[in-house]
Amino acid sequence: MGHTLAEKILQGHTDQEIAGAGQIVQCRVSIVLANDITAPLAIKSFKAMGAKKVFDRDKVALVCDHFTPNKDIDSAEQVKLVREFAEAMGVTHYYECGDVGVEHALLPEKGIVGPGDVVVGADSHTCTYGGLGAFATGMGSTDIGAAMALGETWFKVPPTIRVNITGKPGQYVGGKDYILNLIGRIGVAGALYKALEFSGEAVDNLTVEGRMTMANMAIEAGGKVGLFPVDAKTLAYTAAAGRQGDVAMTPDSDAVYERVIEIDVTSMAPQIACPHLPDNVKPVDETSGLRIHQSVIGSCTNGRIEDMREAASILKGRKVDPKVRCIILPATPAIWKQCMKEGLMEIFMDAGCIVGPPTCGPCLGGHMGILAGGERTVATTNRNFKGRMGSLDSEVFLSNPWVAAASAVAGEIINPAKL
Amino acid sequence: MKVTGTAHLVGDHIDTDAIIPARFLVTTDSAELGANCMEGLEAGWIKRVKGNDILVAGDNFGCGSSREHAPISILGAGIPVVVARSFARIFYRNGFNMGLVLLEVGDDIEKIRDTDQIEVDTATGVIRNLTTGDEIASAPVPPFMQEILDAGGLVDYVKHKLA
Ligand code: SF4
Repeated sequence: MGHTLAEKILQGHTDQEIAGAGQIVQCRVSIVLANDITAPLAIKSFKAMGAKKVFDRDKVALVCDHFTPNKDIDSAEQVKLVREFAEAMGVTHYYECGDVGVEHALLPEKGIVGPGDVVVGADSHTCTYGGLGAFATGMGSTDIGAAMALGETWFKVPPTIRVNITGKPGQYVGGKDYILNLIGRIGVAGALYKALEFSGEAVDNLTVEGRMTMANMAIEAGGKVGLFPVDAKTLAYTAAAGRQGDVAMTPDSDAVYERVIEIDVTSMAPQIACPHLPDNVKPVDETSGLRIHQSVIGSCTNGRIEDMREAASILKGRKVDPKVRCIILPATPAIWKQCMKEGLMEIFMDAGCIVGPPTCGPCLGGHMGILAGGERTVATTNRNFKGRMGSLDSEVFLSNPWVAAASAVAGEIINPAKL
Repeated sequence: MKVTGTAHLVGDHIDTDAIIPARFLVTTDSAELGANCMEGLEAGWIKRVKGNDILVAGDNFGCGSSREHAPISILGAGIPVVVARSFARIFYRNGFNMGLVLLEVGDDIEKIRDTDQIEVDTATGVIRNLTTGDEIASAPVPPFMQEILDAGGLVDYVKHKLA
C-alpha cells in the first residue's frame, strides 16, 4: 500500500512498519522547539523527569518571540529562565536579542527545519514547516520536555485529507485566501486529528512562502499537519537557507486518502475570516464598509518578505487613514533588512505606518497593538478568537496582506481592487 | 476515583484564549492560572466554581494554541474533569499529560444541563447525572495513552525511561 506524505515522512523516522492511519508509532525527532511562553513549563517538566541534558544540543530550538522585547517584569523573568537553561544545556539555537524573529519564519529561514524532518514544537503553529515538506506539529510543554530529553515522541498516524487546488487566481488572491476558503468549507474541526495534504496546479504555482502561509493555518481546521510535496522550489529555498542533502518528495500514487476536496481558485475573491472563529469566512466584499481602528501586517502567517512586498504594493504613494494604526512587523531581522534594501520601509513610513521589531506582539494580544472594547482590526494573523488581540469586546478580521493594507488606507474593510 | 460536583456548561469550539487569555501567560503557577480560568469566555467566570466541579463542553473543546497553561488553569480552578462532545487534538494530549481527566461522550452530551449534579467514575469513564438519573458511557482511552496514565503520567513515564 502506498504512503501519503505524512506516512512517508514518519516512516523515515521510525523502525516500525507504518501500516496506516490510527497506528501509534514512536518516532525520532529532527528538531524540538519551544518559545518564551511554553519553554518555562517544558523546562519545569524536563527537570521533574530527572533529565540532566537535552538529547542533542543542536536539535533543540528556543525562540523568545512572544513577549519580546520583554513587555513586563514577569515576561522578563520567563525569558531569563529560558536563557539560563539554554546556556546550561549549551543549546545552539537560542534566540532572544537582535537575532530573534517570529519562530516559524525564523527556523525555515535559517535552514534549521526542512523537507522530510519530523519537528515537534510547543506552539500550535509549528505546522508551518509542512510548507517545506516537514511533518511538523504542535504539542504541549510536557510532551516537548519529554522530547527534549529523549529525542523521540509518539504519534498516532493521522488519516489524510487531500486538498487539490486548481485554476489561476485573480489579482490580490494568494495562499492566505486558499487556506481561509478551505477552513470556511470544512470548519474549525474539519480536519480534527487529521493531516491535510495539498496538491494541484495552484499549489505548484505558489511560492514556498505562500505554501508556509497555508500550512501555518492547518491547525485552524483542527489539523495535525498541513503538508506540501517537496519540489524544485522547495529545494531552492532550503539550499539558499544553507541546507544540504534535501531531496524531492511526493506522495505515492496509490496512497490512501480519507477524502479529497477540490477547490478551483479561478474566480475566488480575496477571503476574510470574520469574528470570532477562523471558519467564519466570506468574500471580502461582503464585509466592506466596516470601520477599522487597526491593521496588523506580520506574524508567522504573513510576516515574510513576500507579504511585505504585497503590503507595500498597495501602500506605495498612499496614506493610511489618520484614525487607523497600521502596524507592520516584519517577522525576522533578515526580512527587516530586506525591506530596507528594497525601499519598502520608506514606503511604509511615508504612508504613516508604525513599523515594529520582529515579534509576535499583537497577534496573541501580547503587546504593541492591543485593542480596546469596541475596536476592530484587520490582521494578517491566523486567529480571530474572542479577545485574541485585547478586549473581549474587540473584533479581529483575518485577511491577506493586500486587503489589510488597503483597509488601512480606506479606514474600512475594502477589496484592494476597489481602492 | 469518583468525583461529584456541579456541571458548568460551555459551548462549542471553546478555544485556549477563552480558557486562559495570553496576558495571563506570564506565569506557570497553577493557582494563579486557575484564578483566571475562562476569563476569556466571560469576565469573572471562575466565581461560579466551588471546587471539584465538572466542566461540560460541546465540540472541539480546547482548540487553538498548544499552551499547557489551559489544562493547568482548569485544574488550578479546582476542576478535575472535563466532559465534552469532542476535544481538540493538542489539548487532549496535554490534558492527559497534566492529569486532567477528559471524557469524550459524543451526542450524549445533551444529557447534561447547566448546574446538574454529576458523578464521574474516572476509572470506568462512566458519568452519572444525579439530577436526572441518566447514565452516560464515555469513549475508551486509547491503549497507548492508558499506558502513560498507568505509569502515573508522562513525567513519571519519562523518568522511568531515563532511569
Ligand atoms: S505570530 Fe502569532 S500565531 Fe505565530 S507564533 Fe507568534 S503568537 Fe503564535
